[in-house]
Amino acid sequence: MPQIFHYSANYWAKASIAGVVFLLGFVGWAGYEIDRGHYETRKDEAREQPIPFSHAHHVGALGIDCRYCHTSVEDSSFAGIPPTKTCINCHSQIWNTSPTLEPVRASYRTGESIQWTRVHDLPDFVYFNHSIHVNKGVGCESCHGRVDKMPLMWKANTLEMSWCLDCHRNAQRALRPLDQITTMGYVPNGDQEEIGRQLMVQYHTPSVRVLTSCSTCHR
Amino acid sequence: MSELRKKLDLAAARERLEATRGKEYWRSLDELASTPEFQDLLEREFPRQAVGWAPDENAGEGRRNFLKLMGASLALGGLAACTRQPTELITPYIQQPEDLIPGRPLFYATQTTLSGVSTGILAESHEGRPTKIEGNPEHPGSLGACDPFSQASVLQLYDPDRARALTFNGEVATWAGFYSNLRGLLADQQTRQGAGIRILTETINSPSTADLLNTIKTQFPQSKWHQWEPAGAHSARAASTQAFGSAVATHYNFLNANVVMSLDSDFLGSGPGWLRYAREFSAKRRVVGDQKAMNRLYVAEANPTATGSKADHRFPMRASDVEAFAFALASELGVGGAGGGSNPEFSRWATAVARDLQTNKGASIIIAGEQQPPSVHALAHAINAALGNVGKTVFYTDPVESNPVDQLASFNELLSDLDSGSIELLLIIGGNPVFNAPVEWNIAQRLRKAKLRMHLSMFEDETSEVCQWRLPETHALESWGDGRAYDGTVTLQQPLIEPLYGGRAANEILAMFTDVPLRGSMDIVKGYWAGQHKGTDFESFWRRSVHDGVLANSALPVKTVSAKGGAQPSPAVDSGKFEVIFRPDPAIYDGRFANNGWLQEFPRPVTKYTWDNAAIISPVSAKKLDIDTGDMVKLSYGGRSLNAPVWVQPGHADNCVTLHLGYGRTKAGHTGTGVGFNPYGLRQSKALWHDGGLDIQKISGSYILAALQVQHQLDTRRGVIQGGTLAEYIKNPDSIHEGFENPPHNLTLYGDWDYSKGYAWGMTIDVNACTGCGACIVACQAENNIAVVGKDQVYRGRLMQWLRVDSYYTGSVENPHIDNQPVPCQQCEDAPCELVCPVQATSHSAEGLNDMVYNRCVGTRYCSNNCPYKVRRFNFYLYSDYETPSLKLLNNPDVSVRSRGVMEKCTYCVQRINHAKIDAEKQNRGVRDGEIQTACQATCPTEAIIFGNINDPKSRVSQLKADKRNYSLLADLNTRPRTTYLGPLRNPNPELEA
Repeated sequence: MPQIFHYSANYWAKASIAGVVFLLGFVGWAGYEIDRGHYETRKDEAREQPIPFSHAHHVGALGIDCRYCHTSVEDSSFAGIPPTKTCINCHSQIWNTSPTLEPVRASYRTGESIQWTRVHDLPDFVYFNHSIHVNKGVGCESCHGRVDKMPLMWKANTLEMSWCLDCHRNAQRALRPLDQITTMGYVPNGDQEEIGRQLMVQYHTPSVRVLTSCSTCHR
Repeated sequence: MSELRKKLDLAAARERLEATRGKEYWRSLDELASTPEFQDLLEREFPRQAVGWAPDENAGEGRRNFLKLMGASLALGGLAACTRQPTELITPYIQQPEDLIPGRPLFYATQTTLSGVSTGILAESHEGRPTKIEGNPEHPGSLGACDPFSQASVLQLYDPDRARALTFNGEVATWAGFYSNLRGLLADQQTRQGAGIRILTETINSPSTADLLNTIKTQFPQSKWHQWEPAGAHSARAASTQAFGSAVATHYNFLNANVVMSLDSDFLGSGPGWLRYAREFSAKRRVVGDQKAMNRLYVAEANPTATGSKADHRFPMRASDVEAFAFALASELGVGGAGGGSNPEFSRWATAVARDLQTNKGASIIIAGEQQPPSVHALAHAINAALGNVGKTVFYTDPVESNPVDQLASFNELLSDLDSGSIELLLIIGGNPVFNAPVEWNIAQRLRKAKLRMHLSMFEDETSEVCQWRLPETHALESWGDGRAYDGTVTLQQPLIEPLYGGRAANEILAMFTDVPLRGSMDIVKGYWAGQHKGTDFESFWRRSVHDGVLANSALPVKTVSAKGGAQPSPAVDSGKFEVIFRPDPAIYDGRFANNGWLQEFPRPVTKYTWDNAAIISPVSAKKLDIDTGDMVKLSYGGRSLNAPVWVQPGHADNCVTLHLGYGRTKAGHTGTGVGFNPYGLRQSKALWHDGGLDIQKISGSYILAALQVQHQLDTRRGVIQGGTLAEYIKNPDSIHEGFENPPHNLTLYGDWDYSKGYAWGMTIDVNACTGCGACIVACQAENNIAVVGKDQVYRGRLMQWLRVDSYYTGSVENPHIDNQPVPCQQCEDAPCELVCPVQATSHSAEGLNDMVYNRCVGTRYCSNNCPYKVRRFNFYLYSDYETPSLKLLNNPDVSVRSRGVMEKCTYCVQRINHAKIDAEKQNRGVRDGEIQTACQATCPTEAIIFGNINDPKSRVSQLKADKRNYSLLADLNTRPRTTYLGPLRNPNPELEA
């Protein structure tokens, strides 16, 4: 009986085994990269907004405090997006004819809200609360990054669960004194780990067991 | 579940009961008969018919199909997780309202009104949308508790079937068009003093609305105002008018009552002031710590109610026999003349009760049911007076309703006016007379004799169908109003949201008849009270009153009344045949809540069926007629007949049938149309509540009733209820737990967690206090975004309610004692569910909560399979409504809406725990005891449910857990549940016990 396959088929057979392993590995790697990468999480992606509002200008250049606009950050789960009235407070006086700001004036005139694109969007099954973080020594910068240097808003962090847990497991790495909460570019006055540990005692930070219980964030 | 079992063998059940020594608890007649089918239910997680899609599907085939589809959907379901998060928008305010902090709810005091009695509520508002109702602690009729109807009123607000458009003869019209049409007619009527105007309302208890109606009467002296309330207090009103010469409202103080005799009154589960009565009554039964005394309750009734389940002695009797019993009791006490029959059983009961009452003069209450004839009310008044209870436990005031007329007579007058053709303009405000008026009146035809008919209604219902003008009405959460509570306290109603569909309030429509026709509901209500206000600064008085929800000190003054003449016996009923008893449905009332899914799916107290009504009958009568639960019967009465399914209820009186009203709606909406059987089709004006002469005939066919009583079975032999009598308990507190295993804590293979630091959440449920009213179930449903699944799914054991109330019977089939046991997730410290989850979707929190993480759950259902308490609920389908726009507004934003394929269960309202913890931590303090109230606890009228931190020895929950009555459910499994129960106690009269 003649041979059906040329003996070079042996080579291809062996190569295909390696090929399959490689292919599976590649698909796995690519899947992981897509899932955890910037495409999926939209980290560092500046999002377009109806008005090109610049935090760099308002926070960085003018030095307006975060809480002037995000009024409920200390009291509520939601930091608050300023009502049109807050914009108009200043922009009825300055830049009040700027065409860029026409949507703001239109909103105030017509009573139609400005629809902002949400940049920091947690899944619906996550219940993050701003107030407990800013009242217990987690600075705005810790999650939102150097907002004072962002002309358009982007996510400085992935907001993935593993990123949340990094702090919930090691709160000492993130805590800062309460008077530094809104500071951008905060530099700890000494060793962060040591200061953080002191602050954890001072702020009655719950144990890691409590901070990593499922129902702390999910319900 | 009739086809589940063979014919019920009553003899076998009795035999088994007699064979058992001492106390044995059972939940259904199947269990009692110990049928193999019951054993199967006990061991299974779901009833057998839960497998498959269609009721007639072969079980094996269904399972295979199910697995195939599950496999496919799993594979596809995984892909769905790989999408990029969709872009969401944030829509801020233009000018943010004062006091509003986005993300934090606000609470507003307002009211709900049912059958002419208002109850104070607090409505929770999230950025302007009401999501949840709580009781108003400042309101005398609520004291913080809330009834199922009020709880479910938010669903009614967002009901997609609500009337959305103003129509004239089916054509969409405008309010301006309506107004000009109306004013034109009124100008014409003015010349004839309004002789052609008739207004038909429900019972009005609103002072400002009554004032408007009186104004209309002055302006149009010939016009008439009629009231019709199908489940109203017709008898009580008639009785007080007969007995005292004028209508009088009666209310009670159960805190001062040691002995209570209920003559067919469900004062712990319905009627005016029941929330307060339940609170007071249960306070007298809380045998904890130093309190060693308990009140005693006797109940004479036909169908077991929430009140009957709390009775120390329950006398099952036909509704018509209550009168004979009342006469027997009266004559034992030397009041009232002769009357009633000479039933030896009645006199034995009456003698014992009378002696008990006589030793508690001035500290007892005789309370007559709203549905009992005037004679029974008159006897109750006379006995209360003779015992010196008046002024101590029983109080009389002017009526709560604004115009206490004989509604039947008034309606009859309207009917003759209709027949004479003299009515040119008939305005029907709310109500649904076409559906619920006595059948022989033939209302649908006769209403058409009015020239122009207008119906103001939240829904396009049976009555709207016969009216040309259909006016959309506002919901109570959309308009201003007022009303009087059970004791007359003026309760204010304020809107939380703009009318969703451009509706108008009743008072706005009535104002259109007056000289100042275009007034908003706020101007009407506020204007009225400004006129009534005596002091100077009205504005601040008004603001305070609106804030509190009540007008301070506005309860009607207690008055002294004297009875005129004794009670007249009612005419004897046809005793040869069966007796028919009509009662408002515990869930959908007179039919007005028929389109409310929460209430339809609310398991009725005691019977536990959902989505239906049935002909409720006693086991003995069923045996006599050879019928069983689920059989169809033809009920013939007064020349009319009704086909209905049978429900055999232990404890029901013999030779009578109870029918709950409100079902069989023909135009209710998507949820309520065509559900159940319509007893209004038998109900006549001569006997609104009960009458003899009913024939029952078994007909072919059977009917599936989706009842919970046979689902989620626990093995009652293992101490599910650990109770006893008060006397035994006082003598030896451990006696109630005797014979039940309670293994030592360390006898476990689970690792030992240290819960001694921080908070450790726990709950106690006092079975002795629980009346089984079910308010907690609806509260839980509202708080936790729990989906409605429909009758078919309930029948398959897929009900989603996190909290169930089981009823346990003990004693004979004819007259068992009933205990109610609410069962939420037990939050076991050593939770069997957690070990078997392959993805750790359920795991323990540091504070002892058995957390359920929906986003991790892949739906293996192992946890539910391994839960000994059967409290886990699985989303077999996409039960949550993600589509209907109005229902999106209903959801609690603090709780995830669960999708298909996800397990869920009670979380101890972890959202409330987290909010309270965050608020406390921000203030650098611990959570105070009582600061966290779970939704079920907050609404409970009897304070049966107590939640708190068990690491704090001073907390209420810790103290209750230290009580001798405390026990764990299925303690022998050593799951160490954080929820424990306080055993029920009975306080029987030794004279009757012998």
